Amino acid sequence: MGPVHTVYGPALLCAGAGCSQQFGAQPQWIWFLSSSYVGAHSTTLMPTVSKGDGMRGLAVFISDIRNCKSKEAEIKRINKELANIRSKFKGDKALDGYSKKKYVCKLLFIFLLGHDIDFGHMEAVNLLSSNKYTEKQIGYLFISVLVNSNSDLIRLINNGIKNDLASRNPTFMNLALHCIANVGSREMAEAFAFEIPSILVAGDTMDSVKQSAALCLLRLNRTSPDLVPMGEWTARVVHLLNDQHLGVVTAATSLITTLAQKSPDDFKTSISLAVARLSRIVTSASIDLQDYTYYFVAAPWLSVKLLRLLQCYPPPEDAALRSRLTECLETILNKAQEPPKSKKVQHSNAKNAVLFEAISLIIHHDSEPTLLVRACNQLGQFLQHRETNLRYLALESMCTLASSEFSHEAVKTHIDTVINALKTERDVSVRQRAVDLLYAMCDRSNAKQIVAEMLSYLETADYSIREEIVLKVAILAEKYAVDYTWYVDTILNLIRVAGDYVSEEVWYRVIQIVINRDDVQGYAAKTVFEALQAPACHENLVKVGGYILGEFGNLIAGDSRSSPLVQFSLLHSKFHLCSVPTRALLLSAYIKFINLFPEVKATIQDVLRSDSQLRNADVELQQRAVEYLKLSCIASTDILATVLEEMPPFPERESSILAKLKRKKGPGKLPDIDENRRNVNGSSEHSENTDTTNKVSYVLNLNSSPSTGPSLLVDVFSDSSTSASVDVSEDNFSRFVCKNNGVIYENQLLQIGLKSEYRQNLGRIYVFYGNKTSTQFLSFSSFVTSSDILKTHILHCLIASYPIIEGGAQVQQILNIECVSDFTDAPVLNIQFRYGGTLQNIAVKLPVMLNKFFQPTEMTSQDFFQRWKQLGAPQQEVQKIFKAQHPMDTDVTKAKILGFGVALLDGVDPNPANFVGAGVIHTKSTQVGCLLRLEPNAQAQMYRLTLRTSRESVSQRLCELLGEQF
Amino acid sequence: MMRFMLLFSRQGKLRLQKWYTATAERDKKKMVRELMQIVLARKPKMCSFLEWRDLKIVYKRYASLYFCCAIEEQDNELITLEVIHRFVELLDKYFGSVCELDIIFNFEKAYFILDEFLMGGEIQDTSKKSVLKAIEQADLLQEEDESPRSVLEEMGLA
Repeated sequence: MGPVHTVYGPALLCAGAGCSQQFGAQPQWIWFLSSSYVGAHSTTLMPTVSKGDGMRGLAVFISDIRNCKSKEAEIKRINKELANIRSKFKGDKALDGYSKKKYVCKLLFIFLLGHDIDFGHMEAVNLLSSNKYTEKQIGYLFISVLVNSNSDLIRLINNGIKNDLASRNPTFMNLALHCIANVGSREMAEAFAFEIPSILVAGDTMDSVKQSAALCLLRLNRTSPDLVPMGEWTARVVHLLNDQHLGVVTAATSLITTLAQKSPDDFKTSISLAVARLSRIVTSASIDLQDYTYYFVAAPWLSVKLLRLLQCYPPPEDAALRSRLTECLETILNKAQEPPKSKKVQHSNAKNAVLFEAISLIIHHDSEPTLLVRACNQLGQFLQHRETNLRYLALESMCTLASSEFSHEAVKTHIDTVINALKTERDVSVRQRAVDLLYAMCDRSNAKQIVAEMLSYLETADYSIREEIVLKVAILAEKYAVDYTWYVDTILNLIRVAGDYVSEEVWYRVIQIVINRDDVQGYAAKTVFEALQAPACHENLVKVGGYILGEFGNLIAGDSRSSPLVQFSLLHSKFHLCSVPTRALLLSAYIKFINLFPEVKATIQDVLRSDSQLRNADVELQQRAVEYLKLSCIASTDILATVLEEMPPFPERESSILAKLKRKKGPGKLPDIDENRRNVNGSSEHSENTDTTNKVSYVLNLNSSPSTGPSLLVDVFSDSSTSASVDVSEDNFSRFVCKNNGVIYENQLLQIGLKSEYRQNLGRIYVFYGNKTSTQFLSFSSFVTSSDILKTHILHCLIASYPIIEGGAQVQQILNIECVSDFTDAPVLNIQFRYGGTLQNIAVKLPVMLNKFFQPTEMTSQDFFQRWKQLGAPQQEVQKIFKAQHPMDTDVTKAKILGFGVALLDGVDPNPANFVGAGVIHTKSTQVGCLLRLEPNAQAQMYRLTLRTSRESVSQRLCELLGEQF
Repeated sequence: MMRFMLLFSRQGKLRLQKWYTATAERDKKKMVRELMQIVLARKPKMCSFLEWRDLKIVYKRYASLYFCCAIEEQDNELITLEVIHRFVELLDKYFGSVCELDIIFNFEKAYFILDEFLMGGEIQDTSKKSVLKAIEQADLLQEEDESPRSVLEEMGLA
């Protein structure tokens, strides 16, 4: 073997600019000469494994796979290897560590190719306890990639980790910490969340271990925040910002930022430390930081992280600190004007990464007009930069600047550049940013120009972004319309240019506005009449035209060119080309015409009377034709005039299209185009309102004796007796017997979703409340009640309340549940809020059932029958015979039984069509073993379900629950 | 925080995948397929960032390999480009002018290097020296363990 790198492919990095493209185009020819290669493991074709351990067997296997000419050949080769590995693992000869490592590594390779691996976990776990670093390392890698929730294994893995954490060997400790961070499961958090903070702040911990510990803790805090305890260590973590080792500072800054986002008050002291650190970095000569200088930029990663940390807080109150920070930001802005120290793109990227983060901080503070305007000018330069990346980011960043009252005017000066970008950028994602920025910078002074540009761009825009542009144009046209004729023109243009992308909300809105403003009605009638003259006009225009002429056609009927008959003929000429809903709308327009213009009554009645209307196959059209015809014949003019009166004005409310755009973009993404731009320091706006995962914790102990029936006691936890008067919704209750997640309740206003997890006798339910409307819910509160017997054991019951839930927003509530002993009843979730002035009361039965506290138990056939016999007393068995309510599908049945919580035991019942399961119900006081058997009878479409447990009440309840599922 | 990093070839072969949040295997496969399609279809001079679902994608091509990272809304795109570059530099330094085959045949090493550099989706150390020192220390430990083996023994024939 020799240094043969040049033979087998292009290097990823090379010196000359542009060479990567050139090399990239070269075929890796050597690997296609495979026919002569089969079986001959020639050393020249194998890459040199110059470093570390040469696992030759692995290299041979990998090149075999690469030589496979088809998917089938690859699968064949893999199956051969899997069989080989399996036999080695099962063989009598104990494998040495090296072979074990090699085979585990092969399995990992196979898994990463996209194939399933169902063995080898045990061998990988064995490798963890090896003293040899490489074996340990491969073991950890396998576990990190293929972790499995198999509980026995997790215990063994945790054991291995525990030993390595205690080993005081820094390389071993790092491996263990990496594994925890990679897996990040709750089990691991439970086992180690207490230990890691002490490793992090201990005085004698090596720097590299501190770094790993900080990020490991960060990961656990993200996945299981409730398990990571705050404590005495938090103060000491903040002081890591002062550490000598920049690597430690970098890792610690990430951790502190995440913690500070969650509890800003606890980490306030980090502000001054971060500013001091940042100041030292930006004023340092580039060589001071040695290896932390990246292409002549001093510690760019750390700078970005520190600036990010400072965005968790408002501007510092302390004047000295504040001016020091301003100095830092000015220095960063000044550096952007200096000539580059290197021509490499890495230099400019790193430098600009810091600059953009600094600008984000300036925008976040929104308090220093000079800095904001300087930031805006800097971004303005980037708008015309030759690097596409910088143009993209400048457009994106300016979008947020446009919503500050200090910089809004400065942003507006770049309008021509942005419009130009819209016309000339070749990359659609950049053009999209330009549209966003135009939308954000729009106000009364430039609305006409921006709307016109967007409309003309719409004609050639990518299909993917058309609908969004349509919405934006419609919103801007309405918001900044001084005279409504312009508004009507704009919307009709929109329909002409991009009719397919004009959603219902848009054309509903134009009609609402025309109806509410009588100064524009005549103009609207005239314009739609003219637009309808076009030989091919979009169906949306027919809808708007039909509605508007039906209401206001009389305003233009004086002109002989648009006499009633002409109007009617024009509309009716489109009728046959339209879909059913549009035809229905036109029929309503016709009856309105009969009221407006008695002279066309006969013509219209003839149309209504024709077979194609009266006998239309569509029920809706037929009904309209019949009813309208009768109405026009029977009713007197007075009655007609009353029934068919002009539509009353619509109540003013939030524009439905704005709500739609918000839904499309997500609440945080839509720049605020309100005329009252954010006031000084709008930071409050950034914080809570968008992040509404307000967490309220409940601990609810359930305990019940077999008695049933809801309590008559007034609920002591609610301030009024609201729950008594509301019907408790149980519609979806039984659907949750065999599953844990889904929608439990939905009406026109509110959707309630649940995600639940249970372990042993503990459970946690995440309740998601989604506001389906575009209007706020006010004084939203929810609380849990249960019958008196259930309730005697409630320890805490907090009431969750939110002053406001925005339209389209979702909030989350967490309920913790503990099963004290077996129970029958279920708790009720009561919800109360104000919507549009009325108080809404909703009560939903929470799907907390006994079977949720099952742990599945695997057992052999012999064990099963032995236990079955032990539970032979008559009161221990409950049986139910019932008719199948769903198709009798084996897989569905299996899934339901597994979802019910028991283990499905194969090969226990002599009749393979029967299902047998076993599990243990965990309550705080006891555990109840449970065996079940389900016998389907396909011919009779019947089932027999038998349950045996040690408690009568449990057997009874489980049988009730499961018996309803099939 | 970085959500995941993918390395794939121009031919659409996935060479390395690192996920920093728990994701089901099925979803992973779907996301990989979708992203590869989007990124491979883009032209050379286009910008390196794009919006995808609720994430920002930052990608860069090095010779035959695409390096592709998914980051969150508030993360910095440019510094992520340099995360990619620093990773490539680390691979290059370790393997000595690295190419795609090094990553195929020594995939486990590539994962170890990445783990030393990024952890839980955040950067652990930005110093090239510190990261390589950690890796080389590990290699040293390893060479002490290894006793030389014959080729026949390797292939299971001895």
